[in-house]
Amino acid sequence: MIIWIIIGMAVVTAVPRILPAFIMNQLKFPKWIDRWLNAIPYAALGALIFPGIMSAKPDAPQIGIIAGLAAVLLAWVNVNIIVVVLGAISAVFLMTL
Amino acid sequence: MRVQAVRKLEPSNRLHMVRRGMMAGLPIMLGYLPIAITYGVLASQSGMNLLELTLMSMLVFAGAAQFLAVSMVAASTGAVEIIIATFVLNFRHFVMSLSFVNRLKQIALKAKLPLTLGLTDETFTVSSLYRKEAKEDYGAWFYASLMITAYSSWVVGSFLGGILGDVMPQRLSESMGIALYAMFIGLLVPAIKKHYRISFVAITAMLVNFIGQQWGLNQGWAIVLGTLIGGLSGVFILKDEEEEEV
Repeated sequence: MIIWIIIGMAVVTAVPRILPAFIMNQLKFPKWIDRWLNAIPYAALGALIFPGIMSAKPDAPQIGIIAGLAAVLLAWVNVNIIVVVLGAISAVFLMTL
Repeated sequence: MRVQAVRKLEPSNRLHMVRRGMMAGLPIMLGYLPIAITYGVLASQSGMNLLELTLMSMLVFAGAAQFLAVSMVAASTGAVEIIIATFVLNFRHFVMSLSFVNRLKQIALKAKLPLTLGLTDETFTVSSLYRKEAKEDYGAWFYASLMITAYSSWVVGSFLGGILGDVMPQRLSESMGIALYAMFIGLLVPAIKKHYRISFVAITAMLVNFIGQQWGLNQGWAIVLGTLIGGLSGVFILKDEEEEEV
């Protein structure tokens, strides 16, 4: 039973991922669509951060926000991204002590 | 003359690209491990065996969908509902894949196909911020190595979570839920520091996503909508060099 769920999930996840490789091989897009696609990574980052970050601790949305601000601060002073991640984890850990 | 000599010492060969890809994938590995372990623990608690939960990570490789599936399995939801929910949640990878493939024009189709299978929120955004590699020799090796680094940590972490059960103190594993969000922030902030206009694109996407979810749109579609509309704002807001350089 579970194996069929896994196979079904694998198929519906793989098809949308792989389809663009075939589509884009045939097509030549106008410049503005190129620009749209180039801006997608920044848009995706935005959409992935907020409001999801408020559910990092589902019972306490402000903890996610504060840890996120700590991450912004750390990233702003150009520390390595690993330090940004560890800093945010420590911030949440301290706030939930 | 001297510059040329220095360049010759650092050839752009396969091994070099593989190493750079691993370094780029390292923060993802760090973000994935605790979350994959948490997934493994929850999946075994929901009644999946070690083979099943590891196989799901190997074949699906999509964190949010796997957590959703585990909670649905625990609630004995039907298979069709789980598969439909997975499709809705993961459809955002279609948009990401379009953007990803559009930058890999120099890379052959036979290399692009397996690379798109390795796309997640994290591997997509990290590889998008390494643009020039797509034009370098052996660029496919760079992206493949980045994705394999992320993929193997996801699979190994799931397996560990499955065998170790609840080893991690709960408070620590809960604190790690912030890891991937912190990574996204760590990727976005340097881009914004370089070109402030990028913040408009990101904030538009955030607002559309937020409003969409307030209106009752499912999380997966709200992210798709936020990504599309946020990206569209970039067509008017970003200048060409802002898209190319970062």
